[in-house]
Amino acid sequence: MPKLPKPPKPPSYSEVRGTVQDNVIWKSIFRPGSIYRKGYRDTSRDRALAAMNNVLYHLHPVKVKRHGLKLTYTYCLGGLSFFMFILLTITGIFLMFFYTPAAGAGAEIAYLNMRELSTTVTFGALVRNLHRWGAHAMVFLVFLHMARVFYHGAYKPPREFNWVVGVILLLLTLFLSFTGYLLPWDQLALWAVTVGTNIAGFSPVFGDQVSFVLLGGLEIGPETLLRWYVLHVLFVPFITVVFLAVHFWRIRKDGGISGPL
Amino acid sequence: MSDEVQMDQEVYDRLIGEGKSERIARAKAKAAAVRKSKIEEGATLGPKPAEEATKALEEFRSSRSGGGGVATKTAAPADGGGGGRLTPEERAARVSASLGNGGDSGSVGVPAASDHTHRLLALVPPAGIQQVQSKQQDKVYTWPHLLLVEFVALLAAGSLLLVASFFLDAPLGSLANVNEVPAINKAPWYFMGLQELLAYFHPAVAGITIVGAAVLLLMSLPYVDKNPSAKPENRKFANMAFTFFLAFWGILTIIGSFIRGAGYEWVWPWVQGLGFVL
Repeated sequence: MPKLPKPPKPPSYSEVRGTVQDNVIWKSIFRPGSIYRKGYRDTSRDRALAAMNNVLYHLHPVKVKRHGLKLTYTYCLGGLSFFMFILLTITGIFLMFFYTPAAGAGAEIAYLNMRELSTTVTFGALVRNLHRWGAHAMVFLVFLHMARVFYHGAYKPPREFNWVVGVILLLLTLFLSFTGYLLPWDQLALWAVTVGTNIAGFSPVFGDQVSFVLLGGLEIGPETLLRWYVLHVLFVPFITVVFLAVHFWRIRKDGGISGPL
Repeated sequence: MSDEVQMDQEVYDRLIGEGKSERIARAKAKAAAVRKSKIEEGATLGPKPAEEATKALEEFRSSRSGGGGVATKTAAPADGGGGGRLTPEERAARVSASLGNGGDSGSVGVPAASDHTHRLLALVPPAGIQQVQSKQQDKVYTWPHLLLVEFVALLAAGSLLLVASFFLDAPLGSLANVNEVPAINKAPWYFMGLQELLAYFHPAVAGITIVGAAVLLLMSLPYVDKNPSAKPENRKFANMAFTFFLAFWGILTIIGSFIRGAGYEWVWPWVQGLGFVL
């Protein structure tokens, strides 16, 4: 039997990595200092560059106070609230593919879509569950975040205005959750929203007008569903993102996280 | 420009011979050539003799006391014919004279004869300068320390939510029907405190007045609380008040969520079960 030539040795991991990292395209994507760039070393300079040359520099400075790293200082509540917001955006986009905000006698499409979501759509039930529980979690996390900030006195100068922005964000979170509550168009949604909007009708002076604008009519109906759908998927998230941007920016401008106590 | 200067070749060769580098040899040779040409022109090199400076000073003093009519009392010890140094007053007078002020002028640094309304220098009061206090703080790098903590928190929360979503299904009741009021009729849990308040007050009071006041109070909190300290021991009242605030809403929410049944009647959950859907 003739002796076969030895097969070439497969390239090692570091060789592959070097080849992948050492080309024009890779270098154009990852800026100097990126931890994915060739030649990243765990030095003070590269650690600073990793933060400075990253889109996250909008959120985080190069260095943070050491006490802020302790889990029991922030419990990551603000960050997790934001994470829930991102997660709800992603799952929400998925749900939008399978949902039509239409209701009315003989055309109960919204409710039908909800049924299909839990029965026929692949991963439909799981994503809907994620969206629902994530929404409750976000409301709860925002409440806890507010309490944490209060007990640390983190709203004191120079952070007064950021607390106000935070209260607005809390209200926006509640409104986001509440507008989403109607969309399944089941008995639970309809009557929970009825209770809520009845209260809005008692606003001083403009009570009837507020109620009419919210409902798109004199009582909850298909117009309300469409209206709240648009508020839920477009209008309120947009406003929330604007306030989130200001909120995060102000954290840095006001000197980072508060404390230590 | 330095290329136009001719080198003194003799000096250059000597320095190269001594082992100096070419750069230094060239520079020194050029300097020697310049010096030589100046001596040929009759200039005196080296520091100016001290007598010249003293003479100029004497001239300046005599012209000043003659022109201004003010007897200059030289504060400096008058040793060796006039001290040899300008007193501060003399220096100021010489500056203003050279600027053409002819004595004293209101503004410093502005020639009297000019129309300039701007000057280059201004006195800045201390209050106008931003006080920058950079305190030494114990800091760590965001990458990797903070980002790793955040990533772990994100994974933990994400996986917890995923597991919960895998096992617990979101509720979906029967089709909405405006004509069929359900026996248990409740708002979402975060509004249950509000709904519980409605059981005691008129909606205009509970829904609008109390809630509006609570929101306004929350927003104005940093402007109301003037206590500069963030330490818990220094803000017992604030902490107590806020804890009462939270407890107030918490208790209302729990009552509304769990201890209210059909027709929003007070029923214990172990009697009729939880009338609560998340």
